[in-house]
Amino acid sequence: MNNILNNYPILTLVIFLPLAGAAVLLFMKNERNIRWTALLFTVVDFIAALPILCYFNLSTYKMQFVERYQWIPSWNINYSLGVDGISILFVFLTALLGWICVLASWTAIEKLVKEFMIALLVMQTAMIGVFCALDFFLFYLFWEAMLIPMYLIIGVWGGANRIYAAVKFFLYTLAGSVLLLVGIIALYFAGGRTFDIPALMGQNYSFTLQFWVFLAFFIAFAIKVPMFPFHTWLPDAHVEAPTAGSIILAGVLLKMGTYGFLRFSLPILPLAAEYFTMTILILSVIAIIYGGYLALAQEDIKKLIAYSSVSHMGFVTLGLFVYNAVGIEGGILQMLNHGITTSALFLCVGLIYERTHTRQMAKYGGLAKAVPIYTTFFAIYTLSSLAIPGTNSFIGELLILVGAFGYNKIIAGLAVLGAALGAAYLLGMYKTMSLGEARSSHVKEAWDVNFREITAMVALAIFVFWIGFYPKPFLNVMHASVGHLLEQIHSASYR
Amino acid sequence: MKFDIINILASMPEIIVISSACLLLVVDLFLRKGRKHIIAYLSLIVIVLAAAVTWWPEGNAIHVFNRMFVVDSFSTFFKILFYLSTALTILFSINYVKIEGIEHGEYYILMLFALSGMMIMASATDLLSIYISLELMAISVYVLTGFMRGAVRSNEAAMKYVILGAISSGILIYGISLIYGLTGTTQIKDIAGALRGQTSIDPGLILAIIFLVAGFGFKVAAVPFHMWAPDVYEGAPTSITAFMSVGPKAAAFAVFLRVFMDALAPVASSWITIMAVISVLTMALGSFIALVQTNIKRMLAYSSIAHAGYGLLGFVAGGRDGIAGVMLYMLIYTFMNIGIFCAIIVMRKGDFIGENIEDYTGLAKVNKGMALLMLIFLFSLAGIPPTAGFVGKFYIFMALIHKGFITLAVIAVLMSAVSAYFYIRIVMLMYMKDPVQEFDLAHTSATRLALAIAVFGTIIIGILPAWFIDMAQRAVLR
Repeated sequence: MNNILNNYPILTLVIFLPLAGAAVLLFMKNERNIRWTALLFTVVDFIAALPILCYFNLSTYKMQFVERYQWIPSWNINYSLGVDGISILFVFLTALLGWICVLASWTAIEKLVKEFMIALLVMQTAMIGVFCALDFFLFYLFWEAMLIPMYLIIGVWGGANRIYAAVKFFLYTLAGSVLLLVGIIALYFAGGRTFDIPALMGQNYSFTLQFWVFLAFFIAFAIKVPMFPFHTWLPDAHVEAPTAGSIILAGVLLKMGTYGFLRFSLPILPLAAEYFTMTILILSVIAIIYGGYLALAQEDIKKLIAYSSVSHMGFVTLGLFVYNAVGIEGGILQMLNHGITTSALFLCVGLIYERTHTRQMAKYGGLAKAVPIYTTFFAIYTLSSLAIPGTNSFIGELLILVGAFGYNKIIAGLAVLGAALGAAYLLGMYKTMSLGEARSSHVKEAWDVNFREITAMVALAIFVFWIGFYPKPFLNVMHASVGHLLEQIHSASYR
Repeated sequence: MKFDIINILASMPEIIVISSACLLLVVDLFLRKGRKHIIAYLSLIVIVLAAAVTWWPEGNAIHVFNRMFVVDSFSTFFKILFYLSTALTILFSINYVKIEGIEHGEYYILMLFALSGMMIMASATDLLSIYISLELMAISVYVLTGFMRGAVRSNEAAMKYVILGAISSGILIYGISLIYGLTGTTQIKDIAGALRGQTSIDPGLILAIIFLVAGFGFKVAAVPFHMWAPDVYEGAPTSITAFMSVGPKAAAFAVFLRVFMDALAPVASSWITIMAVISVLTMALGSFIALVQTNIKRMLAYSSIAHAGYGLLGFVAGGRDGIAGVMLYMLIYTFMNIGIFCAIIVMRKGDFIGENIEDYTGLAKVNKGMALLMLIFLFSLAGIPPTAGFVGKFYIFMALIHKGFITLAVIAVLMSAVSAYFYIRIVMLMYMKDPVQEFDLAHTSATRLALAIAVFGTIIIGILPAWFIDMAQRAVLR
């Protein structure tokens, strides 16, 4: 840990740069300038996040780039930030999706551009904050604060049924998070009056406490993931949200649930986690298969992708709870993959919707002829989503299944079935939309993607293939941290 | 009793407020109609003067007037809160009373009398001085409630308030007399001394406690003594509703705390269950009934009932954190509730009332600044970070969980999730629907100042609460 960044508040910078951008936007009037300024701040934020990756020390599981200042001394709360091999990837993913969201909203958002960009930038700050926070209070602050801009993004700029979706999203998530709060405070007293996350790990809490706190955490995280049967808010929110909102939801928000399991449930409450393992694995398998079946039946593209998210996130929770390095690393990698691929698919849907104003698959057909460049990218992401070898999801799902077979063959076998379902609905979607003849005049109105849109799609496609062909750098980042996590779990189990 | 100059010094703020209020009554005679706002500015000066001579006695309390009255950090904390709520109310009243056509000097003067009543309540250490100051405050507020003489709503509200208030005062004084009968004293500290070490609880004491809970419960609008609140809140002039929901309510909490956390603390085991049941009922009823309101003042009345429920949880938790939690909550509630009421008040212009929740439809499209302020206050009332409302709830929950009341804490957080719905519904109307009417806000520099102070408090306590928490903890009853 000897690098120049250690005494430099890089994480604070990455977290609050978007917020500073939002403050600047408050004083701007011209919509064109507002778009460019928002883009500038998100791109600079992304560039500022790169040194974290470059100077990341692979050989330790310890938190890096740590910042710690006293905040509320009477409650022993600190402003404390840091990243390890697990969170760093999501900081990076969030920063990457930040500017892609701005590009995706460039022309799609026509009214109240300024307010939209402000909401987006505030959201960005809260999301990066969630992944960097090492203090539970700070974590919760960011976690809840996200609700406000997201509520507005869905409710103000969403589709026809946006208000219902926004309120449902808000109340669902809030109901989960308030229980999280009770769990956090209970841990605070059990762990010796501290909110410091690393300090709360490895303490021998009684099983009763672990059980209840785990349950509280589980509801909060399971709603966010969303796991079956807490998934019903997701299709509504995804369908109604504007493209950038869907990207944020699929790309980052869903990851927070699984990140919560990784960061809190597993290392802090290992005994309860072990107790609940089978429940979670079964729920994961149900999510994989049931989500896939629901996706098969959808006619709305966004709904289809939303249900595919339920299914894919099922793979992630499956990987996390098989307690071997392969499974967990696969789970983390799949979180990243899902963030990239599903965001890209939502981006594709958003682009075509902007042109044709319909999301009904039946109205499409023949896109391959009408908009060939677009369709190429669409094909790449569809294939990536169904985990074709050579794409990112293949590596992720493979690792998860290898891990799962090492833990329980029946569960793993059922999950494979879900993967096959994925091929069915995704290829079905691709065939209906891109091949054959155009089935409505909508398709003829479409024009092919422009430079701005290609930039966003290429950026995501790079990672699809990079992780697909050479996932080693991504896996290397997490080795030390995952190893440590397993140590924490196993030392608790055999105590 | 030897009369000492310290008596005068210790009660200087109260003396200033009361004597200036009497003086202003005379000044009022010499002011033409239409120039009554001068009284408002003079009242603000009085409050500043009183604040200037209020001091924070670190550690040792100063007992004066035969131990009827005390200057301790607890009372000073509440006095600061009262100055703040009264001054903010006066600020946004200046224009509002003109619009309502009730611009009389007595309006501000009665508010000063109410303020003096609240201040003595915070400092009273004898059940008698508590009772008298409570009546001083209550009678001033009764009159203010009915201040719109021409409006039936206002008259009805005042009538209900007076009758129910009188009954509750009767119940309270009955409780006080029972306590006197049982312990032979009305002094807070002596009651605690008499009750300490009692092995068995006298049934008469239980009765006395029930009467006291009913009496104070009425003042803080706790279920089942809340019936008056929605009607009175709706009928009173909006500025007075705002005032009632923060000042007198906080004052009632102050005496409630002093009586239960000090005098009756030795027998806490006998009232803690009552308090827990009442707080749950209060939170639940307030949150659920607010869901279906169409009038924003009624909705805020139920919201205020629900918030009183969170305050009562602090009594259940008890100890330093329970008391400090209630105090901090009251301070935070003052900022955010004054803020939201100020927003309602500036909606009132010309013939437009602006009291229906639907009236806010599309506000964000027309007046972005106002909508943003309302958004901040509403999310704070809902307890969403990074606003002050979250910090207030957090402290109460922390105190509860520390004492092991996990079930209560779970109920409380679920109720706060329920209550979030009616707050975000207003945000939804403001931001997600198109306006159906013109908005013409009655802004003046005074309302802007009041809003600025309220929003500053709501955000700063949300982000940097350390100083405020310390203040509340240092002000806790000892």
